[in-house]
Amino acid sequence: MNPYLAGVLLGVVVIVANFVSGRSVGASGAVKSAIIAGVETVAPSHAENALFYKEYKQSHEGNPLNNWLVYQMLGVLVGGFLSGVVSRRLTWKVEHNPRITSRTRLIFALAGGILFGIGSQFGRGCTSGSALSGMAVLSLGGFVSMMAIFGTAFALAYFFRKLWI
Amino acid sequence: MGPLVVNEIISQNTNLLLAFFIGIAFGFVLEQGGFSSSRKLAGVFYGYDTVVLKVFFTGAVTAMLGLLFMSLFGWIDLNLVYVNETFLQSAVLGGIIMGAGFIMGGYCPGTSFCGAAIGKIDALLFIVGLFIGVFIFAEGYPLWEGLYKAGFMGSPRISEYFGLTEGLVALLVIVAAVLMFWGAEWAEKKFPRDEY
Repeated sequence: MNPYLAGVLLGVVVIVANFVSGRSVGASGAVKSAIIAGVETVAPSHAENALFYKEYKQSHEGNPLNNWLVYQMLGVLVGGFLSGVVSRRLTWKVEHNPRITSRTRLIFALAGGILFGIGSQFGRGCTSGSALSGMAVLSLGGFVSMMAIFGTAFALAYFFRKLWI
Repeated sequence: MGPLVVNEIISQNTNLLLAFFIGIAFGFVLEQGGFSSSRKLAGVFYGYDTVVLKVFFTGAVTAMLGLLFMSLFGWIDLNLVYVNETFLQSAVLGGIIMGAGFIMGGYCPGTSFCGAAIGKIDALLFIVGLFIGVFIFAEGYPLWEGLYKAGFMGSPRISEYFGLTEGLVALLVIVAAVLMFWGAEWAEKKFPRDEY
């Protein structure tokens, strides 16, 4: 799809989310909900005592999984899959630069995910929830997140160039 | 009129059901935009493929303008829409950590779920990493709680912060976006991409 057309449609999704739900799209919040639900199930006493889970409980009631972002992320999996079906892109593969091994790619994917998981908590949202959604409502924090994420990635690009070019 | 759930035009349960459908649209558009490929996503940082920049900023500008016009027409009350809280130090630190994760992992959280949905195994590993990362943050939270809560500024809109009208900020963002699109088209011609 033409990237500018995809961008307009992405903007329409953000508008609809704000119009319907008074909030916008996100991703990392669903992972946080899943972690909290998991810890509450596996180690209930730890969840009652550790600060992070206690603070979450104080500001949210009910099951952490019964959450807007969790349902939205389930939808993302379905939507992504449907798009893959339509465009015939469904294949199991490790996508990587031929100059590195699959193993290297997977190690860096895991490491990148860990960093993004930690960073999204400090940033109170990721590229979707903080940067894109924040910019749509002119949030100062949204612009700060966007500049910090893209600025850092540009600044570090030289050091990780072997992964990509 | 809008936001529908805040004005109690739809129920909380309907809202959660609609979240699922909004997610389907979000995932479909991300995947169609090419965001299921780490190769394309990382391309913007080397100039060989700038699809991320084009989709992301066209999306942000469309949403921003759409909401401002809807507010002007009285279709949505932007005072009832959620605006992210700004904690300056934490936002900058989080952005820096996320930027490092982006260039190493080639995905961000939303796009990694899209990649995993079409069978990218590297995207699955990225998601495993996300869970580990959030868990590390949660368990170590007492160590960085102070930093996490420092520099609280409320939920300012950039227009309020700089004392400008919303329309002028929107115009500046559009001008910046058009300049970036121009740079992106130039970069794609300058930096060739190997197909694989």
